[in-house]
Amino acid sequence: MHSPNTRPISVTVDLTHKTAYRPFIADADVAIQSADITPAQEAETILANLPLEPTVERIAIKHLDLFYGSFQALKDINLSIASNQITAFIGPSGCGKSTLIKSLNRMNDLIDGCRHTGAILLDGIDIDTGINVNLLRKRVGMVFQKPNPFPMNVYDNVAFGPRTHGIKGKAQLDEAVEKALVDAALFDELKDRLKENALGLSGGQQQRLCIARALAVQPEVLLMDEPTSALDPISTARIEELVVQLKEHLTIVIVTHNMQQAARISDKTAFFLLGELIEAAPTQDIFMMPQDERTADYVAGRFG
Amino acid sequence: MSQAISPTINSRLTRRTRSRSIGAWILRLLVYLGALLSVGVLLFIVVYILIMGIPHLSPALFDPVYNSTNVSLMPALANTLLITLVALVIAVPLGLGAAIYLTEYAGRKNRIVGAVRVTAETLSGIPSIVYGLFGLLFFVTYLNWRMSLISGALTLAIMILPLIMRTSEEALKAVPDLYREGSFGLGAGRLRTVLRVLLPSATPGILAGILLGIGRIVGESAALIYTAGTVAEIPSGLFDSTRTLSVHMYVLASEGLHVEQTYATAVVLLLLVLIINTLAATLVRRFAKG
Repeated sequence: MHSPNTRPISVTVDLTHKTAYRPFIADADVAIQSADITPAQEAETILANLPLEPTVERIAIKHLDLFYGSFQALKDINLSIASNQITAFIGPSGCGKSTLIKSLNRMNDLIDGCRHTGAILLDGIDIDTGINVNLLRKRVGMVFQKPNPFPMNVYDNVAFGPRTHGIKGKAQLDEAVEKALVDAALFDELKDRLKENALGLSGGQQQRLCIARALAVQPEVLLMDEPTSALDPISTARIEELVVQLKEHLTIVIVTHNMQQAARISDKTAFFLLGELIEAAPTQDIFMMPQDERTADYVAGRFG
Repeated sequence: MSQAISPTINSRLTRRTRSRSIGAWILRLLVYLGALLSVGVLLFIVVYILIMGIPHLSPALFDPVYNSTNVSLMPALANTLLITLVALVIAVPLGLGAAIYLTEYAGRKNRIVGAVRVTAETLSGIPSIVYGLFGLLFFVTYLNWRMSLISGALTLAIMILPLIMRTSEEALKAVPDLYREGSFGLGAGRLRTVLRVLLPSATPGILAGILLGIGRIVGESAALIYTAGTVAEIPSGLFDSTRTLSVHMYVLASEGLHVEQTYATAVVLLLLVLIINTLAATLVRRFAKG
C-alpha cells in the first residue's frame, strides 16, 4: 500500500475510472441514451461533462477549531467542498479527518465535552444556527466505518429514514425503498430477501444496505467515514464503483486510510496531519506534485 | 518432542506434570461436588414439595369459594395474578421511563443520575418487611386506603421499581452506540431513536428484568400481610383486601391445621412460577430473534 510506485498506479487507475465511468443506474433516460453510442463516444461525452473546476460550492468550512475537553483536535480548518465531486480526507490516525467529517452533520454533538469555534456552511447556511439538526442530517447523510444496519429486516432498515421524515403510505415507502436499493446496486441481490433480518447479510451487503438506507432520505451530501475499512477487497471494489456512480447526484466526502482508494475515486483530496489541514488540491496534484513536503512524504509512504 | 530431551530433564518434566495433574484432579472434584451439591439441594426441595403436596391436590382445594373446611386456594391464585398485574402496570412504565431518562436523556455529568443510581441500589437491598411497614404507614394508614389490593400492589410496585429500573438501564446501555449513530445520522430525533431502535434491541433484557420482578411479587408475603391483608376472597374492587398464594401458605402454615393443604398450595405456586418463567423465556427468545 505504501510502496514507492504509488504515483504511477494512482494516475492510471484514476484515468481508467473516469473513462470507464457508467451513468447512474436509476436514471432511465441516460441509460437508454447511452445504450446507442459507442464506448469511445460515451467516454468523450462524459469527459466533456466532467466538471474541471468545482462549479458549485456545497460546503464551506471556515476557521474551524474543535476541542475535546482541553484537547484541540482540529486547528483552523478552511476547506471548500464542491458539489457532484468526491472529496477524500486522508492522513494518519489521529489527524482529525474523522472528527472533521463528523462535524459536517453535527454527529460530534453526541460527544460530551466537544465544542468548536468557526463555522461550517451548507449552501451558505450556518449548520449550527441556521438549520434544525435533524433536517441537517437528512440533507447530509452518513455511512459509518463499521456496517451498522439496525436489527430489523432489510425493508424496515431502508424505510427507517423515509418513515422518520413523515412518509407513511405503503406505496410511497415501497417506491422509496426500491429506489434506494437500486441506487445502492443492491436491489437484484436482495429483492427476494426484503423480509430477512439485515444482520444475516454479508459484511459488504450490510455496508451497501447502510448506503441504501442513507440514500433513502434523498440527501444532498453523503459523508462516508472509512466505509470500506472493515470489508474484503471485492466488497471494497463494489463500494468504490458505487460511490463513483453516486457522485452524479450527490456531493460525496470520504475519509480513507487507503491512499490508493483516494487516488482511485476522488476528485479532490485533503491531507490532514495532527489536526491541521496541510494541503487540499485536485487528487492528481496531491499525488503527482504535492506542494508541501509532509504531503509528499505521506503519499510516498514515508510515514503514517 | 520428549524424545529429543535428555532422560533426566524428561523425568523431571513427567514428575511435574504428574503433580500438576493431581492438583487439577482435586480441583475438578471440588467443582463437580459444588455443582452437584447446589443442584442437589434445589432438586431435593422441589421433589420434597412435590411428594408432600401432589397427593393432597383435591378438587375441593380449587373450589371458587374459600371456607375453613375446604381451604380453597382458588381466590388466592386469582389474587396473585391480579396483584402481579396491577403492580407491573405501575412499576414497568415508571422503571422503564426512569431507565430511558438516565441512559438517553440525562448528561453523563448530571448529578441527579448519580443520586438516583445510589438510591436505587440501596432500595434494592432493603428487606421486604421494611417496604411492608412503609406501605402500612403510608397507603393503609395515612392515605386511609385500608388493607387492600391497591395498597399491596403499590407497595410491591415500589419494591420492584429499582429492580426494573436497573435491569432496563443495563439492557439499554448494552445496545451498541452504532445503532444510536445510525439512527441520529438519518435525522431521527432522540424519542424516535429510543422507541424504534433502542427499545426493540433492549427488549430481551427488559423482559428479563420484568420476569425477576414477577418472581419477587409471586414469592412475597411479608410486605403483603401488612398492606393487602389476608381476606381469602376475590376482591370486588381495588380497595378490597386480598390474599396471595404466598400469604395464603403463610396463614395456613401458621394456623397449623392444614399442613397437607399447605404443601399442595406450594405445588401450585411452584407450577405458577414455572409457567411464568417458560412464557417469559419464550417471549425473550422470540424478541431476540427479531
